[in-house]
Amino acid sequence: MAEYIIETTKGKWEVVVGLEIHCQIISKSKIFSSASTEFGDDPNVNVSFVDAGMPGMLPTLNKECVHQAVKTGLGLNAKINKYSEFSRKNYFYADMPTDYQITQFRYPIVGEGEIFVDLSDGSTKKIGIERMHIEQDAGKSIHDLNPTKSYIDLNRAGVGLMEIVTKPDFRSPEEAGAFLRKLRSILRYLGTCDGNMDEGSMRCDVNVSVRPVGSDELRTRCEMKNVNSVKFVMQAIESEAKRHIEVYENGGTIEQETRQFDPTTGQSKVMRKKEFAHDYRYFPEPDLPPLVLTDEYIEAVKAEMIELPDAKKQRFIETMGLTPYDAMVLCENKENAEFFEKAAAGHDAKKVANWMMSDFFAMLNKKRLDITQSPVSAENLGRLVELISTEVISGKIAKDVFEIMSETGENPEKIVEEKGLKQVTDTGAIETIIDTVIASNPDNVTAYKNGKTNLAGWFVGQVIKMSQGKANPAIVNKLVREKLDK
Amino acid sequence: MTEITTFSVAETLKALKNKEFSAVELTKAYLHNMENGRQYNAYITECADVALKQAEEADKRYINGTNRALEGIPLGIKDLFCTKDIRTTAASHILDNFVPPYESTVTQHLLDDGAVFLGKLNLDEFAMGGSNETSYFGPVINPWSKDKPLVPGGSSGGSAAAVAAHLCAAATGTDTGGSIREPAAFCGITGIKPTYGRCSRYGIVAFASSLDQAGPIAQDVRDCAILLKSMAGFDEKDSTSCNITVPDYESFLNREVKGLTIGLPKEYRPEGLNPEVAAYWDKAAEYLKARGANIKEISLPHTKYALATYYVLAPAEASSNLARYDGIRYGFRADGQHLDDLYINTRTQGFGAEVRRRIMIGTYVLSAGYYDAYFLKAQKMRRLIHNDFMNAFKECDVILTPTSPITAFPIGDESMLQNPINMYLNDVFTVSVNLAGLPALSLPIGLSATGLPYGMQLIGKPFDEGTLFNVAAKIETDAKFERK
Repeated sequence: MAEYIIETTKGKWEVVVGLEIHCQIISKSKIFSSASTEFGDDPNVNVSFVDAGMPGMLPTLNKECVHQAVKTGLGLNAKINKYSEFSRKNYFYADMPTDYQITQFRYPIVGEGEIFVDLSDGSTKKIGIERMHIEQDAGKSIHDLNPTKSYIDLNRAGVGLMEIVTKPDFRSPEEAGAFLRKLRSILRYLGTCDGNMDEGSMRCDVNVSVRPVGSDELRTRCEMKNVNSVKFVMQAIESEAKRHIEVYENGGTIEQETRQFDPTTGQSKVMRKKEFAHDYRYFPEPDLPPLVLTDEYIEAVKAEMIELPDAKKQRFIETMGLTPYDAMVLCENKENAEFFEKAAAGHDAKKVANWMMSDFFAMLNKKRLDITQSPVSAENLGRLVELISTEVISGKIAKDVFEIMSETGENPEKIVEEKGLKQVTDTGAIETIIDTVIASNPDNVTAYKNGKTNLAGWFVGQVIKMSQGKANPAIVNKLVREKLDK
Repeated sequence: MTEITTFSVAETLKALKNKEFSAVELTKAYLHNMENGRQYNAYITECADVALKQAEEADKRYINGTNRALEGIPLGIKDLFCTKDIRTTAASHILDNFVPPYESTVTQHLLDDGAVFLGKLNLDEFAMGGSNETSYFGPVINPWSKDKPLVPGGSSGGSAAAVAAHLCAAATGTDTGGSIREPAAFCGITGIKPTYGRCSRYGIVAFASSLDQAGPIAQDVRDCAILLKSMAGFDEKDSTSCNITVPDYESFLNREVKGLTIGLPKEYRPEGLNPEVAAYWDKAAEYLKARGANIKEISLPHTKYALATYYVLAPAEASSNLARYDGIRYGFRADGQHLDDLYINTRTQGFGAEVRRRIMIGTYVLSAGYYDAYFLKAQKMRRLIHNDFMNAFKECDVILTPTSPITAFPIGDESMLQNPINMYLNDVFTVSVNLAGLPALSLPIGLSATGLPYGMQLIGKPFDEGTLFNVAAKIETDAKFERK
């Protein structure tokens, strides 16, 4: 593993980073009410009396959110706690209607787990998960519509969140970035969170501290709230680490505080000093009984689990002959992996992978299409590779066929048939063409025979050109040399 | 006062079925009483128009034979129950303009059974108090008052006073630490706090969620049985409500008490217990003994910690439950320069002194550094108090105690106003029951030398309200208490 060491004139430092990631749960209704979770509706339309914190309203736990949380816990290779409890986290804020958040505190639904991240040098690293709990999201305050008023949209208030807390296992920005991408990939595979950081459905708090290389102390950390992209998380770690080092090397101390990272300046600034930290007065939520899961329930969720990226990657390497890199790229996204498997069924998997990672992805990129909208179906991509493998067409012709497929979506077999693109493998027909080329280029034949043997390639090219690309290059190559050497 | 408003609910139902009078006539009679009884200050909001409409509907149903269990019975509703399109204040300035767009489950059950709602009854602000003196709408006067105005008890003071003064046929109440039983005792009527989880809390303004329960306050045991049957039942909108069948409580009234064991907790008879209270307690036990019940002394060893436990846990939950009254979305708002000012101004002006006191106590006991010493310890004590009762119920079927150590006291009593602890001490016999989540009923047993009612409390096993009705009916028969 590539070490990330920050070296100054005074010493060598390493970073210690832990992440807290809030992931919006994919569910039809909110975690404690029946209001819709639809994103992008007009303000305050998806708000029930419970979400608005009306007097006498009570939360009821949405089973779908529990199911999603257990699934996610299993995806994090984590312990599912059969007993968990909800607590109230008390603080006043205008977009939190009850002025307390229902969350889990002492007894979270998911305990310790681990996931493996792939690093650029080809190594993998295990990242520990401390816990995961479920809670409700707050609404949104909008401060820029009016100079003297704030507006509140409660559509998001009460949407279910999973808060994943990692162990302080990261030693570089790269590891944190790789982790977030891996986590997002797992969540999307599971369908428990859409992982869109720019839309706020996945939000990351970053805890950073530094220490001299070789030390195992944990120094005071600072938390940067709501960093909203993988890139910014990596930048935030780097800039915050450098700030700490500068303070330490100038004889100062780091205060525990909450900070905000500004991607436009690449710097963070203080949001809240420790002395102004809220006392949240957590206590068990009396409106909800403890959440007790049975072994049968957990087993049933386990039985629903699909193959996750790591297992899929391993299988692609071991049983389909892919390189680790190709397997990793294809597995990062579930739709890509599924497309690949469908396309590769019964065909040369490695060739299919090559096609996907070159021409196919390039085509999607160019057309700005999602794989689910691809004009070329998985089956047709497989057929195209099969046409090459069985030498019905050459690789060169295949590119033309693919071009047509990406416009029309047609079956490549049909295209080859209709356009008469079948490769000529009939040696008689090829020999006729070779004879014609030899007969009409006596000078080059003489030159060849006098030792300019690399002219063979020129003859092959002429023959293929004359066949309009349909002559099988291997056969042409063999026959041209036989005839010239005669 | 017309005679028909002195009828019990059971008698009224019978009369309505026999068409001795119409539901509209009956409702008008109660509305008349309400008008003439405004000096009691029992109602915060009267809703004559709604009531008369409901009564008209009831009359139609009596004619076409589709009358329901409580068809045409005029009820008063404690103003802690949210009632759709009817102002619901919790007796607080902070909600004095709040009109809920929804109906509480308990009041919906009553409406579904054909009840008529006369109005919303006064209470201590957010049900915090034992005398109804903390109401923003002023104190309620106990109909038993003689030379000077007495408190009706609290927090369901308006409910108890209205039932005693026949300003409604029966009323709803809520009970967090004795708020149904104490006012019932002070006003010489009957009330039951059912088992925690028996009635849905959905739509009831929350005070302390793990302790709050709704229940009826009525003239006699049978009326309580009739009303509770309607009010109770599982509600999926309240995760703490229990999915246990609600029996026909009236059927318990005719059962005998022979063979039942009645427990008398020795800790409830401290030295210095008011001798009148002790004498009535013995008398109630004697009635039951004479009918063949076994009387047994039992022990509830953690009783002495109950009040302290209650006054840690209830304010803790309240401090969080009342956070939502912040002036942002509904209710009273006092402006401020900044958001924090708005909160502070709204809550300082919107809440009364007792509510503010409990919010502060609750905030304190949940604070970092104090949680373990107060809240956590109180939770552990709550478990021990619960265990006390469960152990006691291994050797008895029902527990008999006084409801309150005192009778109704004058409004503005100096000692209680100067030291809130003196007020809290009145809850000494009732709070344990809420901590343990048990059902308990209070019924009148007799008058003091000064002519004020005393109540007896019966505590039952979880979800065994039926046995409470059974035993209470016998004491009621033998005590021959004369209501107002």
